[in-house]
Amino acid sequence: MSDPLSRRYVAPVTTEQPPTDAVRVSGKPSNLWRDAWYDLRRRPLFWISLGFVALLLLMAVWPTLFTQVPPDNQCLLENSNKGPTGDHILGFTFQGCDVFSRIVHGASTSLSVGLLSTIIGSGIGWIMGTIAGYYGGWVDSLLSRIGDMFFSIPYILAAVVVMTVFEKYRNVFTLSLAIGGFAWAATARVVRAEVMRVRQAEFITASKAVGRSKFSTLMAHVVPNAIAPLIVLGTLALAGGIVAESTLAFLGVGLGTETMSWGADISRAQSTLRVAPMSLIYPSIALTTAVLSFVVLGELLRDAMDPKARATR
Amino acid sequence: MFSYIVRRILQLIPVFLGSTLLIYALVFAMPGDPIAALFGDKQPSQQLLDAIRAQYHLDQPFIVQYYYYMSGLVRGDMGTTFSGQSVNDVLARTLPVTGRLAVLSIGIEFLLSIIVGTFSALRKGKVSDNVALIIALVFLSMPIFVMCFLAQYFLAIQLGWFRPTVGGQNGWGDMWLPAIVLGLSLYATSMRLMRGSVIETMNQDWVRTAYSKGLPQYRVLPVHVIRNSLIPVITNSATNFGVLLVGATVTEFIFNIPGVGNTLFRAILQHEGPTIVSFVTIFVVLYVLVNLLVDLLYGLLDPRIRYV
Repeated sequence: MSDPLSRRYVAPVTTEQPPTDAVRVSGKPSNLWRDAWYDLRRRPLFWISLGFVALLLLMAVWPTLFTQVPPDNQCLLENSNKGPTGDHILGFTFQGCDVFSRIVHGASTSLSVGLLSTIIGSGIGWIMGTIAGYYGGWVDSLLSRIGDMFFSIPYILAAVVVMTVFEKYRNVFTLSLAIGGFAWAATARVVRAEVMRVRQAEFITASKAVGRSKFSTLMAHVVPNAIAPLIVLGTLALAGGIVAESTLAFLGVGLGTETMSWGADISRAQSTLRVAPMSLIYPSIALTTAVLSFVVLGELLRDAMDPKARATR
Repeated sequence: MFSYIVRRILQLIPVFLGSTLLIYALVFAMPGDPIAALFGDKQPSQQLLDAIRAQYHLDQPFIVQYYYYMSGLVRGDMGTTFSGQSVNDVLARTLPVTGRLAVLSIGIEFLLSIIVGTFSALRKGKVSDNVALIIALVFLSMPIFVMCFLAQYFLAIQLGWFRPTVGGQNGWGDMWLPAIVLGLSLYATSMRLMRGSVIETMNQDWVRTAYSKGLPQYRVLPVHVIRNSLIPVITNSATNFGVLLVGATVTEFIFNIPGVGNTLFRAILQHEGPTIVSFVTIFVVLYVLVNLLVDLLYGLLDPRIRYV
């Protein structure tokens, strides 16, 4: 009768080493940006959307590269709603202006308002979120409540009120201020959460332990490690800014009539939708493509920078 | 639970006061004299001007005026529009119309995003999933007024499936086209949230258990997967409500629906500052209330969330 304990199954001991994953020891150290770049550059959608963004930039900076036809003078009423011809590939608007030229010249309005409103909105949101998340306590409570106030007003509606109030001072800057000044609360929330996450890290404690001041730690270690969501949100905010600009132009509270704007052109073309739909559809395509390329770019950046998003892809 | 509701409402008060103060301060900065505008070309006497100023408290400092407005709001008097109508009356007329549009479009949004989101998640990485994602991104990128016009042109004018405008006849059945457009503008974010949420839920132990004890797909999906994946979609509908409000403003104008948004849009076109403010304030109130409601809904969907 042998001892029952000894009859228990014992796993055979293997002497050979289990295979380890190949670890890259040579070469540059990996970090978030390098990983993101490695992920992004293999995705065709990234290059396609980047190409559209570059095209848009080129249109905004150098419109005469694309068309020699001026967008607002040389409009002949005899050309009203005419179809495309050799020199005017997309036909004419109701006023007899060249549709293609107006689309090309409208790019700079969309892009400049989008960029400026993003800089303003992301800037305010970043500063508010960083301070609230890093310092905490009553500062956090105060800034978060202020953020809640702005968050509870849909920013396009707020911009409508602002632009109604500043009717006399409608330019790219006030328009961007109206959009960015009310759109920052969402950015602030995300940045605050990210800063609070980074603040827990050990290297922050270490930085304080070696005698760095609180502010210096913030600048040297917290900010660079909490910047990724800001870039993603900024790209998406650019798309939002373009949408907001066109919506406000459509509502008639955008920039003045002398400024080229896709939203205003679409709004003007609506009266002849039944007889000449193309003068409405072409600027709509331009607008949607511009927004879509920034949205796709933002989504890809989010995927590349957030390992958790990569897992559910 | 009760104390949680009370605390949430108490937290809302400073936010609400702040946001209305913000809008009110903007109007206060508005150039031009509203009383002089009432008389048009006529030149009223100084006494009359002073009397009307006193009547509307326009001779008081800013914060006192704000107090009068807020105390009126609390008592249920939301002020008067530029043309002298009571905002309460206008709301009583227009809110039911907008309510029908909102319910229809949120219904379409939910139904579509739950169905497409679930199927996308089940076919993760396949062609149909990618196509669904791209379509959603296009809807996300298309400004609402563009979508309205395209729907109007292709579905109503070219194909004749719907009437191009709604007008006075605005029962439930008359608002399909604007509701579809509005629903699609909300659809993209919730569909993608649903997709991510279902992917996460499918990896849970209880789903594996449900399959391994032999439950069929049609039982596992609705009961074990979809129900547990709904929370992000519901949460998102609170944020989406802001999109809905802006969308309703544009949609109601383009399809000529006599709702709240349409009134706001016409006020914007005619530069009626005070009317714009009262309606934007109402939108803010609605937005804040919907956010509260969604917060409270959490507990019903997920018993693990307790209010302390």
